[in-house]
Amino acid sequence: MAGNITRLELKGITKRFGEVLANDGVSLAAHKGEIKALIGENGAGKSTLVKIIYGVLQADAGEIRFEGEPVIVTSPRAARRRGIGMVFQHFSLFEPMTVLENIAIGMDQALDRRTLEREVSAILAAYGLPLDIHRHVDTLSVGERQRIEIVRCLLQKPKLLIMDEPTSVLTPQEAEQLFDTLRKLAREGCTVLYISHKLNEIKALCESATILRGGRVVGECDPRVETAQRIAELMIGSELANVERGGRRKAGGPRLVVDQLSVATDEAFGTELDEISFEARAGEILGIAGVAGNGQKELMLALSGETASPAKAICLDGVAIGSLPPPARRKRGLCALPEERNGHAAVPAFSLAENTLLTARERKKLSARGVIKPGAIRDYARRVIGAFKVATTGAEAPARSLSGGNLQKFVVGREILQEPHVLVVDQPTWGVDAGASAAIRQALVDLAARGSAVILVSQDLDELLSLCDRLCVMNEGRLSRPLVVGEASIEEIGLLMGGVHGQADTSKIKVAHVD
Amino acid sequence: MWIKLEPRKAPSHLALYGAPVAAIALTMLAGMVLFTLMGYRGAGAVFEIFIEPLLEPERWPDIAVKASPLVMIATGLAIGFRANVWNIGAEGQYIVGAIAGTGIALATYGIESWWVLPSMLVAGLIGGAAWAAIPALLRIRLKVSEILTSLMLTYVALQLLYYLVRGPWRDPEGYNFPQTRMFSEAETVPNLLEGTQLHWGVLLTFLAVLIAWFVMSRTLTGYQVRVVGLAPMAARLGGFHENRTVMMTMLVSGGLAGLAGIVECSATFGQLTPQFPVNYGFTAIIVAFLGRLHPIGVLIGGLALATSYIGADIAQTASALPQAATGLIQAMMLFFLLGVDLFVVNRVRLVPSVVQHAS
Repeated sequence: MAGNITRLELKGITKRFGEVLANDGVSLAAHKGEIKALIGENGAGKSTLVKIIYGVLQADAGEIRFEGEPVIVTSPRAARRRGIGMVFQHFSLFEPMTVLENIAIGMDQALDRRTLEREVSAILAAYGLPLDIHRHVDTLSVGERQRIEIVRCLLQKPKLLIMDEPTSVLTPQEAEQLFDTLRKLAREGCTVLYISHKLNEIKALCESATILRGGRVVGECDPRVETAQRIAELMIGSELANVERGGRRKAGGPRLVVDQLSVATDEAFGTELDEISFEARAGEILGIAGVAGNGQKELMLALSGETASPAKAICLDGVAIGSLPPPARRKRGLCALPEERNGHAAVPAFSLAENTLLTARERKKLSARGVIKPGAIRDYARRVIGAFKVATTGAEAPARSLSGGNLQKFVVGREILQEPHVLVVDQPTWGVDAGASAAIRQALVDLAARGSAVILVSQDLDELLSLCDRLCVMNEGRLSRPLVVGEASIEEIGLLMGGVHGQADTSKIKVAHVD
Repeated sequence: MWIKLEPRKAPSHLALYGAPVAAIALTMLAGMVLFTLMGYRGAGAVFEIFIEPLLEPERWPDIAVKASPLVMIATGLAIGFRANVWNIGAEGQYIVGAIAGTGIALATYGIESWWVLPSMLVAGLIGGAAWAAIPALLRIRLKVSEILTSLMLTYVALQLLYYLVRGPWRDPEGYNFPQTRMFSEAETVPNLLEGTQLHWGVLLTFLAVLIAWFVMSRTLTGYQVRVVGLAPMAARLGGFHENRTVMMTMLVSGGLAGLAGIVECSATFGQLTPQFPVNYGFTAIIVAFLGRLHPIGVLIGGLALATSYIGADIAQTASALPQAATGLIQAMMLFFLLGVDLFVVNRVRLVPSVVQHAS
């Protein structure tokens, strides 16, 4: 489908942030009607590059040619005027307003309401996008919200559409719908620049791919022909470390038993937990899948002890701990690591040594009678840094000076070296580069192999399917019965996840019986 | 061109500790210009305010005495500010501390015993803490901003003071002056150095600074305060309670303000009078920020502010500067510090605003 008209050409784009060379002589070309993938680890320079194209950042050197003409894009507004649109990972929407109002606010030129409504409806119809333009945004799913952003771009009749990790928040069904829209756009001649980590998606959608590593282009390929393994290797620059699962583990007795846990939420858009029951057994990794915002966060808080629940609702090794605060739970062997690194799992302004105190002080005896042991916290931080190969200047480095992947390795390591009996982790590899992800996954598998129970909350189905023994799906604050990985199909899980939007008929799901 | 402020990834240590120095330097410069424009000897006046007190050793005890309440109050405030607890009403807690201590002094009138003064100090501590507990409770129970309530309670404390010294506590032998009777020997904070104003309260302040430093940097309690202020979510994961931290820091800052109040009342005035409150509780906010919310920094900041107080007195006689100049200088210090801080945590970038072509 790719025409031979070159729409976008980058020549030697270079961008430096202080010491770091984010883009180093990046050149690439994208043609009319082409869906081109931009692949790379976190920190490879993908986001910097597209921000330069979209005018958010300015390149230090190099040339951008758009439709054959050299241009300097000074702002997103200027980019839009040229026909470059971008859908960001994080949406900028006003929740209490309707879809149409949100679109109107985002317009560079004001259109009267009727014209706008007509145009938006036309676009929705043309691309088969299901979206009610008079609904209030706070009632919409993430997939529907993303469609608003896409419509915003399409109104500008873009010649180049940049999508930044668009499927990270979507169910498999929603992602498939998105791909149809993108394919239709490409057929009409629009160029799509598609950024993603998910190699299977890229293989299914893109006709060509540029692979970035350390700010440089390390390869071009046709992802339809290349194997995922090969692309991943190009991306990481070394053999992709396969997670050693060591075959199916033999699960032991239950370590953490959650019985009819219901928690009300005091947040406006929070999800109430509705009679959640499950057990995590010694030696197993139990996965909790689901689209973000279906109660995973609330479940994490209830398990870590940040929100209290009835004592008997949570039992650890046979002891009721539901009403205990986080330190008492850790002392008994239950560690929990929330999703957000900055400001939740770690204090960015504190040194790594000080960050060990946050959750490791009870089990590692980092303080005595309320007085901090400076030597002990430094030693423990050094042990974590060493064991998890955290790239940092040392235990005294502030947490915010670490890259996302390294900080994640540090906080995961901080929990795992405590040898918890039960470890609950939420999205441990979210926004983490492939190298660090592999190390973190391996550490989780090893911990389970030593007889701990690991509960892995994740939205990455590939991750869950490759790591977990059993899998539950969260939807609107309820948890499905466990499915045995290997017996359940992706479609089944996807339907369970998508239950919110009425696409799933749960009676059809064959739930594997496990005992 | 647009001017854009971007947050820095990590402000340098030099900038962080240099900012207060730069703020004082800018204050001196601006003061010089301002006083000159007003028709005074600008450079001379600024020299008298900032430098001269430091050159005359006989004024050093005065500086220490002046700094003592400022540092004591600011030490407590800085702990609260670290936890994002904004106690703006230290002045009120300072007054109530003095009232509570004076209450003991009047009740023990005629008793000359060693335990009288310690009881007064403890009463001052408790009085200040109790006054600060009101905004703390309002914040915890009803989510009312402690900034407003603590500030408003200052005026309640002031009225309480006026009522007491004009009514029930008025000195029966005081020719109807609105003031209490003079404290006895046993009710007065003893002098430390013969022939100077230096009293034991200064040592008390020094002790408070050392304890605060140890608690904030070496104990889990200090860690708790800092985590709650920097990352409330992380604090919850760590098992630290925000509400308990609010209450604790309010009690500490209120208590220290109250203690400073009764010490000042006993050592400097020797009685409770309506002239007693001179806004130390507000000036201490400047001291806390000048000291970067660090106990040792607060000590230095307090000495700097005290120097400017003493210096402004010199400038009033030597250069005929009006008394309002003291307030002006202090306000400028805070203004410039906040201004300089903006550039410590952010950097300025010029952003082109027009679309242009490359070739």
